[in-house]
Amino acid sequence: MATFGNLSDRLSATFKNLRGKGKLSPADVDGTVREIRRALLDADVNLEVVKAFTGRVRDRALGDEVSKALNPAQQVVQIVNDELITILGGQQRRLQFAKNPPTVIMLVGLQGAGKTTLAGKLAKWLASENHTPMLVAADLQRPNAVTQLQVVGAHAGVTVFAPEPGNGVGNPVRVAKDAIKYAKDKQHDIVIVDTAGRLGVDAELMRQAADIRKAVDPDEVLFVLDAMIGQDAVTTAKAFQDGVDFTGVVLSKLDGDARGGAALSVASVTGRPIIFASTGEGLDDFEPFHPDRMASRILDLGDILSLIEQA
Amino acid sequence: MASPWSLSGALRGMFSRKTIDEDTWTDLEDALISADFGPDITDAVIEELRASVERFRTTDPADLKRMLRETLEERLARLDPTLTLSNRPAVVLVVGVNGVGKTTTIGKFAKFLTTYGRTVVVGAADTFRAAAVEQLATWAERGGAQIVRPQQHGQDPASVAFQTVEKAQREGIEIVLIDTAGRLQTKSGLMDELSKIRRVIEKQAPIAEVLLVLDATTGQNGLNQAEAFIEHAGVTGLVLTKLDGSAKGGFVLAVQEKTGIPIKLVGQGEGIGDLTGFTPHVFVQNLVG
Ligand SMILES: Nc1nc2c(ncn2[C@@H]2O[C@H](COP(=O)(O)OP(=O)(O)OP(=O)(O)O)[C@@H](O)[C@H]2O)c(=O)[nH]1
Ligand SMILES: Nc1nc2c(ncn2[C@@H]2O[C@H](COP(=O)(O)OP(=O)(O)OP(=O)(O)O)[C@@H](O)[C@H]2O)c(=O)[nH]1
Ligand SMILES: [Mg+2]
Ligand SMILES: [Mg+2]
Repeated sequence: MATFGNLSDRLSATFKNLRGKGKLSPADVDGTVREIRRALLDADVNLEVVKAFTGRVRDRALGDEVSKALNPAQQVVQIVNDELITILGGQQRRLQFAKNPPTVIMLVGLQGAGKTTLAGKLAKWLASENHTPMLVAADLQRPNAVTQLQVVGAHAGVTVFAPEPGNGVGNPVRVAKDAIKYAKDKQHDIVIVDTAGRLGVDAELMRQAADIRKAVDPDEVLFVLDAMIGQDAVTTAKAFQDGVDFTGVVLSKLDGDARGGAALSVASVTGRPIIFASTGEGLDDFEPFHPDRMASRILDLGDILSLIEQA
Repeated sequence: MASPWSLSGALRGMFSRKTIDEDTWTDLEDALISADFGPDITDAVIEELRASVERFRTTDPADLKRMLRETLEERLARLDPTLTLSNRPAVVLVVGVNGVGKTTTIGKFAKFLTTYGRTVVVGAADTFRAAAVEQLATWAERGGAQIVRPQQHGQDPASVAFQTVEKAQREGIEIVLIDTAGRLQTKSGLMDELSKIRRVIEKQAPIAEVLLVLDATTGQNGLNQAEAFIEHAGVTGLVLTKLDGSAKGGFVLAVQEKTGIPIKLVGQGEGIGDLTGFTPHVFVQNLVG
């Protein structure tokens, strides 16, 4: 936040003192690492992840690559950036399609994360790529979730499979299973299953999600996570990994000013790639996830190159 | 399993040791950070507790635990959590970012009020999100409240709010709850829309409460949310939802302290009965154990 200046400012200040010093002392490095720790916590990166991360940065900063560098401070910034991008996934991963259609994509996550909206976004995009996606209303819990998906499906111009009214009526596992048969009959090559929001601590609902997964045997299970989430990201992600397991992550609401430390937490703890960034309420508002952009967003590094120049 | 929003799990190890040492402080710091209190409040609380431990010359972790409870409770209790709903009609505007639980909170709150014999009308001023009106209608029915819907999709939300207040005045309905579309605090056009809704209502009747709904899973962004909604919507109270999960919602302490706006309601589930008032003692008891 502005009152403390962003990490770029703080690191620049630290580096100013270092300038001209040929070598960084352990004390120099510790000061820098403290600033990085603080910035990561402000960005809501999980504490355990922060500890592991700063530990690695510290080790590398005290190692040969820095002491031999022309400009050691510059080298430290480079290390921070590299380590962030490594955790965030290095390169982008694309959506996995089935060899024998239909490709089944199941969406899971906490309440209000952005699953139903994402279902519409994926459907619209895939339809524009000449696929014939179908949406499945398997959230029979949240009031009018079925209506919401129908509206979203209409906006996306795709079929919505919604045999049950929801609001507590109907069995989502059965709906999901029937949906696959329906999709095969009607030759939809992609099936996107919207599920109810659930908490990591809700064992019963987590089992239901696992049952839906078993019923549809998805090619992708996408865990939709609100970019504003705090330290709980790791607990929740682990609960979903243990409960249903997911193949990829979608970070939603990145159109706001949340720094999105959750991206780092979840990628580091689950090892699952972040595939998409959701960036608005409109159906066109999403894009492939860019690890490098996310790295500088989390640390508020601004233009990393200009920072390196200063250092 | 420990109660889902309890710090006690994280603190158990530290309070089981015989004496307060540097590890105790590190553990305490970790526990507070992990509960989303944020680096600032965490530093402040620890500094305060270190001073207390010094002053009372104690080395007993049990004393520290009591002090932690007292400090947090004292900080949370500085503001008055009472809702003021004495105007007739008492108009309540509910605001917040996307998906935090505004519509659900309105449903629960309507039920709470009708149970106490109040008459309630809800206004569907979220004319934007898919099926938002239908969702609110379901909740209104469950909560025993009437509803004013937009006449067409995408109608100006301020005019829906206006019609809702008008109906309450005409029919002598005691409480008005206005649902608004979720909006991120960075979207200036949408924030201006909120100011407009507010202005339009205020021409008819004073607004009793503007409730900002905050999701307990939120991290430090909760502060940015509070600051922006206070500026544009004149927030008078906070609602903390989704406390039935594993998130602790510690950021609300920073929000309370930096903004001076009290937490007034707490949501702990998707059921209609899962809403309570905010009691610092209970909150801290659940947090610290
Ligand atoms: N600003 C913004 N809003 C979003 C984004 N994705 C979803 N939303 C909004 O967030 C709210 C919740 O989205 P939903 O798609 O209903 O979320 P969900 O995960 O299906 O919610 P439940 O079914 O209740 O668990 C809605 O107001 C959406 O318009 C996004 O990327 N940016
Ligand atoms: N577990 C839990 N879920 C909640 C709670 N409050 C709301 N929810 C769920 O969170 C999701 C979003 O709730 P809504 O009431 O639609 O949220 P909103 O703020 O109106 O959302 P938008 O209008 O899209 O911005 C739904 O799935 C709700 O059932 C709560 O206290 N606990
Ligand atoms: Mg949904
Ligand atoms: Mg709503």
